[in-house]
Amino acid sequence: MAINHLKTAEFDAAVDAAPLAMVDFWASWCGPCKMLSPVVEAIAEQYAGKALVGKVNVDEEPELAARFGVMSIPTVVFLKDGREFDRKVGVMPAEAFTSVLDENL
Amino acid sequence: MSYDVLVIGGGPAGLSAALNVRARGRSVLVVSNPLEENPLWRAEKVDNYLGLPGMSGPQLLTALRRHAEEAGAEFCAGKVLNAVRMGDTWYVSIGSDMENAKALVLAAGVARGKKFPGEAEFLGRGVSYCATCDGMLYRGKPVAVLGYGDAARREAEFLQSIGCSVTYFDRPKHCAITGGTQVEAVTCDGETVPAAGVFLLRPTMAPTDLFPGLAVENGYVTVDRRMATNLPGLFAAGDCTGGPLQVSKAAGEGLVAGQSAAGYAAELSRKTNLK
Repeated sequence: MAINHLKTAEFDAAVDAAPLAMVDFWASWCGPCKMLSPVVEAIAEQYAGKALVGKVNVDEEPELAARFGVMSIPTVVFLKDGREFDRKVGVMPAEAFTSVLDENL
Repeated sequence: MSYDVLVIGGGPAGLSAALNVRARGRSVLVVSNPLEENPLWRAEKVDNYLGLPGMSGPQLLTALRRHAEEAGAEFCAGKVLNAVRMGDTWYVSIGSDMENAKALVLAAGVARGKKFPGEAEFLGRGVSYCATCDGMLYRGKPVAVLGYGDAARREAEFLQSIGCSVTYFDRPKHCAITGGTQVEAVTCDGETVPAAGVFLLRPTMAPTDLFPGLAVENGYVTVDRRMATNLPGLFAAGDCTGGPLQVSKAAGEGLVAGQSAAGYAAELSRKTNLK
């Protein structure tokens, strides 16, 4: 299982350790999030060993959602050495995410 | 639940498409606003629908809807917010639900009005098109709802019920959304209120917001004679493809789009079965 469910306590350590990370902020009551979920899971498998692909449940981790200013879900945040450098809001095809990863690998 | 065809919009084009999908023996789901919110509902008289002169908008819509229902079309009240194709399947989100289909027919009418200043810039940073999706992120905060219909009122009530403090603007004409990195205020028709979130609840999404990459011309969806768009498995019919914005034209295009979508779904099933 290549997808990481990230909790607040372990978030920083996890993304700091990864040269490249992609984090999907989601919630169970969000229809568009359910749609994006298989896309993110496929990307997690595809980039296993190359990038950290994680998910953050905004209901369970409101601190993380607030820290990243997530105001609409799904929001996918890209981080390099723990720092955000790009984000995508809403459901998009896989290529919208993989193109960002590929450019920054 | 998986359908052969999913139709976005329950006006004359969408209902005609659904009827014709059923006529080809395929399953179909119609996602639409309540009938009373269709622009045709407000027509006092429709005098140019061949063979049925003098019918009122509500009479005509009710008859069309009943016909599609009796043919076995399924219905779901709601607004499609996102659509994305993965593999050979279209996935569509409707509020907090998700459905999928082999082919789609876009028959959602025309999205009236341009985007407001600040709308695109603040999308995802305070601007939202779906109260049930994003409302929870605004608990305890001031939000503004720019509502265009009864469904918008219900979404505003939902926001209130989960603890947002809601200012409701009823069909505002001129709005501007302002802020820094996130939304801070909205001004509608001269009145400014502070808001962390602005929910823009229009009856219909602009086709290009729903389908990134969709080819349009002057805001109308580009289609060929089979009512196929440039995206695989996506067909379009009715007002969203351009004028005249009339019932007969919509019903005719719906028929073609429904048959094309049913044919597309049948072809996909045949290919899948061969594999």
